Amino acid sequence: MAEKKAVLTGVHFMSGDIACAEGALAAGCRFFAGYPITPATEIAEHMAARMPKVGGIYIQMEDEIASIAAVIGASYAGLKAMTATSGPGFSLMQENIGLAAMTEAPCVIVDVMRGGPSTGQPTLPGQQDVMQAKWGSHGDYEIIALAPSSVQEMFDLTIEAFNLAETYRVPTLVMADEVVAHMWERVVIPPAEEIKIVNRKRPNTPPEKYLPFMPDDSLVPPMACFGEGYRFHATGLTHDEHGYPRTQDSEAQTRLVQRLCDKIRKNADKIVRVEEAMLEDAEVVVVAYGIVARAALSAVRKAREQGIKAGLLRLITLWPFPEKHVAKAAEKAKAIIVPEMNCGQMVREVERAAKTTPAHHVLKLGEEPHTPMEILEAIRRHI
Amino acid sequence: MTEAVEHPFAKYLRAAMMPHIWCSGCGNGIILNAFVHALDELQFDLDKLVVVSGIGCIGRAAGYTNVDSFHTTHGRPIAFATGVKLAKPDLEVVVISGDGDLFAIGGNHFIHAARRNVGIKVICANNFNYGMTGGQVGPTTPLEALTTTTPYGNIEHPFNLVHLAAASGATYVARWTTLHVRMLTMSIKKLLQRKGFSFIEVVSPCPEIYGRHNKMRTGLEMMEWFRKVSVIANFSDPSKAEITPERIVVGEFVDIEKPTYEQLLYSKMAQIANEETE
Repeated sequence: MAEKKAVLTGVHFMSGDIACAEGALAAGCRFFAGYPITPATEIAEHMAARMPKVGGIYIQMEDEIASIAAVIGASYAGLKAMTATSGPGFSLMQENIGLAAMTEAPCVIVDVMRGGPSTGQPTLPGQQDVMQAKWGSHGDYEIIALAPSSVQEMFDLTIEAFNLAETYRVPTLVMADEVVAHMWERVVIPPAEEIKIVNRKRPNTPPEKYLPFMPDDSLVPPMACFGEGYRFHATGLTHDEHGYPRTQDSEAQTRLVQRLCDKIRKNADKIVRVEEAMLEDAEVVVVAYGIVARAALSAVRKAREQGIKAGLLRLITLWPFPEKHVAKAAEKAKAIIVPEMNCGQMVREVERAAKTTPAHHVLKLGEEPHTPMEILEAIRRHI
Repeated sequence: MTEAVEHPFAKYLRAAMMPHIWCSGCGNGIILNAFVHALDELQFDLDKLVVVSGIGCIGRAAGYTNVDSFHTTHGRPIAFATGVKLAKPDLEVVVISGDGDLFAIGGNHFIHAARRNVGIKVICANNFNYGMTGGQVGPTTPLEALTTTTPYGNIEHPFNLVHLAAASGATYVARWTTLHVRMLTMSIKKLLQRKGFSFIEVVSPCPEIYGRHNKMRTGLEMMEWFRKVSVIANFSDPSKAEITPERIVVGEFVDIEKPTYEQLLYSKMAQIANEETE
């Protein structure tokens, strides 16, 4: 259950960025470190105003590298912590997202995607960071990434992101886009007692017996925090169950890195969420996420009106990739349409999962997301 | 048979992490020793201490200290420590790292943490080069010094770390060499007792890597250099506290009080919470 004082129960009209901040507060986030960047700045502004009222910490750091580092520090000190940024800042954060993955620091990173590469188009939407979300830091690791497609989901999925981060001790990314972040919509915030909150699993061993990186059956190690008497060590170096460096030990490297991947991969069925619409008999399946999925749903409905058996598979979880859902939808389909605000990123994963069913990417860069008509045309072209 | 007696400082160190990685003649052991002595003399509550380090030879100090400890990415220990300190202000958060980590890749974090007066404590082992990667030029390498990436002599002007710290707003600033063990230990005790952003630079010998290129092949030769040229000038102008082959100015330079970031933050939070309930 959420902490009552932090939950603004009721019906609101708010922007996606504000809904994201409110979701974080409802989830129990009590530490925010960030750096101004369009189109994510409003999350920081709202946090600056709201955090002190719920007894939480807001700090504007000197850059995004510092922001994510402070978030990891706060997480190890026991707080639920978050930062929010956009493409350029997301790039700067990558090294320490790897540190969070390696040291299994629960934390949430919001990337409000704008047009890139580089400074790109700061005020316009993009979906060009979705592969970076998975592969942005060096080395092998797994993260969880969610893609909200409405202001309500900016609230709901930010809570979900914290719950997943705490469950799996993994950096969890909310991959929003400029449209869902800046759009104003109706948001229903439920009573605190109806909001499901997950807190990190705590050790039940005494400090002298505590092994900070010894996983339980779920592959996730229970987490002690600084100042609790456990006196443990954590490092970005390859380490053993004690947290001690094992830089020359191939067995330790295999055991650790494999587990960091497996704790997400083997729990993927529990993590993955999608929304399906009219898929039962669909011959053309649109796979979409974020704001684009809303135009896609409209396109699928219009196609149905025209007698085309179209359906929508909306990816709520981007990573781990919902490959079972894509494979199932692809079985009966003749074609898959993947509209994205990029030059073709998630379409590669769709192709991999869909096996022999062809996947067609619909490109959109700059300006606005795809219109329903643009997606409908693609459906008609490939039926 | 005599019973084995535990070393009185064994509780401060992680035996499982030994042997350490430091070369013979390295000053890092002296710095760690002074730190542990300071903790012991203060009877410091080890459950309230977090040691954070970055990347570099001295970066391993966090792992060697038997308290809550974290070994961050290169350059980021101060930013990480800021998160810890603000989240749990009752903890003492000490950053122990090197000149390259704190002042090249991590320089931005240093000046901003000092400016904000976040109550973290920074101990810098200044060995004039990047030892762990084999001796490249760094932000404190003296002019004309030879390193693997300045084979014809260094043409970069080095930082004066105590001047930088003072100008950035640090409330306690000192510099010692590893020869000045008692003064260093006394300074670390002060560092642990101050509230605001505090900084000690420890000029430290790196005979194996830096000294080898600069005609000081042993730790003893480097310590002899420190002995010959060190001048104690307490509370002198840090802008004039030079480090040259002829003169190393050491001492305490700043010891002032001003509200820390976390004091201001938490009093603001309390004030806002009061207004909310009224």
